[in-house]
Amino acid sequence: MAATDALTAPYVLEYTYRRSVGPVLGRFLTGLRAGRIEGSRSAAGKVQVPPSEHDPDTGAPTTEFVEVGLAGVVTTWSWATAPRPGQPLAQPFAWALIKLDGADSALLHAVDAGAPEKMKTGMRVKVRWQAERTGAITDIACFEPEAP
Amino acid sequence: MSDASKPAKKDADGEVRRIKAPVKLDYTVTAGLALSRFLKGVTAGKLLGQRCGVCSKVYVPPRGGCPTCGVGMGEQVEVKDTGTLTTFCIVNVPFEGQTMKLPYVYGLIALDGADNALHHLILAPPEEVRMGMRLRAEWVPPESRPASMEAIRWFVPTGEPDAPWDSYKEHL
Repeated sequence: MAATDALTAPYVLEYTYRRSVGPVLGRFLTGLRAGRIEGSRSAAGKVQVPPSEHDPDTGAPTTEFVEVGLAGVVTTWSWATAPRPGQPLAQPFAWALIKLDGADSALLHAVDAGAPEKMKTGMRVKVRWQAERTGAITDIACFEPEAP
Repeated sequence: MSDASKPAKKDADGEVRRIKAPVKLDYTVTAGLALSRFLKGVTAGKLLGQRCGVCSKVYVPPRGGCPTCGVGMGEQVEVKDTGTLTTFCIVNVPFEGQTMKLPYVYGLIALDGADNALHHLILAPPEEVRMGMRLRAEWVPPESRPASMEAIRWFVPTGEPDAPWDSYKEHL
């Protein structure tokens, strides 16, 4: 019997999870819905975006939130040549770590740059909002180069 | 990333409390040669197994290799579509995609000529189902038989006297 005689079939395994986000990420997501990006400020004055539930240095619960800019700098990136279903963009894009203006940490998101030649560490990018926002990280459709 | 097609769950104060975070794994599975022969067999209304050349046990569905001896399986054998219920459970819990009306019975059936048991639906009143009960396969009509265990709709009681314990105690 040749190997081609083996039968194949589609097999989809799906878990329709919902998860609670807690008060800190809940506040972040509520902010996104309102078109705002908020981070947490640590005792040492560092701003984490997305906000962390606890101070990264002391472990104390987060109490102070600050709004950061809607644009920032790419600190590192990787080109996605063949986007998969469910990813932020259908066309090839960059996964990037983006340090927003006023933040001390970087946020992972997609950059719609068109081609990898347009991507550069240190480049400035800005938020492109989703037309309809629901309170999810996907409210940010993606980032795009600030200067075309 | 979360599915943004529907609004996130909010509390009365309007704060986002929950997100959808589905996980989807989209596979194509290959049955393998031994199981493919078995699946092609069921579309023809046959139950095919393989006999181990070392321990002589017949496995249905065949696995290609003997799980006990660790050797490649030998001759292909056809077993009967009748067998003995070795153990069973009564399903009382609804779940998505369920085709049977609750409560229903799901059991392990040692087919006549096989040395292992396969699981399938048992169509019988739950209160009448018992270990050792004799069963036969009720096949889907040939023209609509899929290459899966759904080629058999379910097993039904034959009405024969129950099989003695010693005949199926190895197959629990």
